[in-house]
Amino acid sequence: MTFAFLLDLALSALLIGGGVFAFVGSYGLLRLPRPMQRLHAPTKATTIGVGSALVVSALDLAGQGVVSWQEALITLFLLLTAPISALVLAKTLILRGEADPNLPDPGTGRPWATLAKERPDP
Amino acid sequence: MILPIALTFFLGCIALSLVLNLWRLFTAPTVTDRILTLDTMTVNVVALVVAYGIWAGTGLYLEIAVLFALTGFVGTVAYCKFLLRGSIIE
Repeated sequence: MTFAFLLDLALSALLIGGGVFAFVGSYGLLRLPRPMQRLHAPTKATTIGVGSALVVSALDLAGQGVVSWQEALITLFLLLTAPISALVLAKTLILRGEADPNLPDPGTGRPWATLAKERPDP
Repeated sequence: MILPIALTFFLGCIALSLVLNLWRLFTAPTVTDRILTLDTMTVNVVALVVAYGIWAGTGLYLEIAVLFALTGFVGTVAYCKFLLRGSIIE
């Protein structure tokens, strides 16, 4: 039970979990019936899949004595951009009328910001 | 010892995901679904490149992953903007 073995074990568990998450995201994209549900599946699950691969890469290289900054950069970039692309895609769905026509009430007393008269630049 | 097996499993998962994405890409009901599928494929390919980098044992492939993540995001937003406004740069 050396440290290297334990590190190997932890990294393997991370990789297997990440692979399952990435697969579930893509499978959900194929299987879910409504457009907004399909938007939900890959934008979350696949990000976790990539994140686990990046963590494994960083720790594996650190185990060899190499410190690389790219993993942190990719993780930061993906975590920043995944919500933005999901927002832009949701706006596209709503404005093109491809989303569910019965959108739920936003609860602010006003209509959805995307559907307001002065609509913001998407 | 265990890491190569887990890495093979991960690569298999990503490959299967990419096949499912390709299927979705050809059978997508709307254009927005196609954009979403292309975005998902980009993220999956980033995972594939990173996993190959782990297998090769170098950090060189991470640069490719950085560029892929960047161009994928810009491409998604540009496609959506083109669908909504009819042009990308106004």
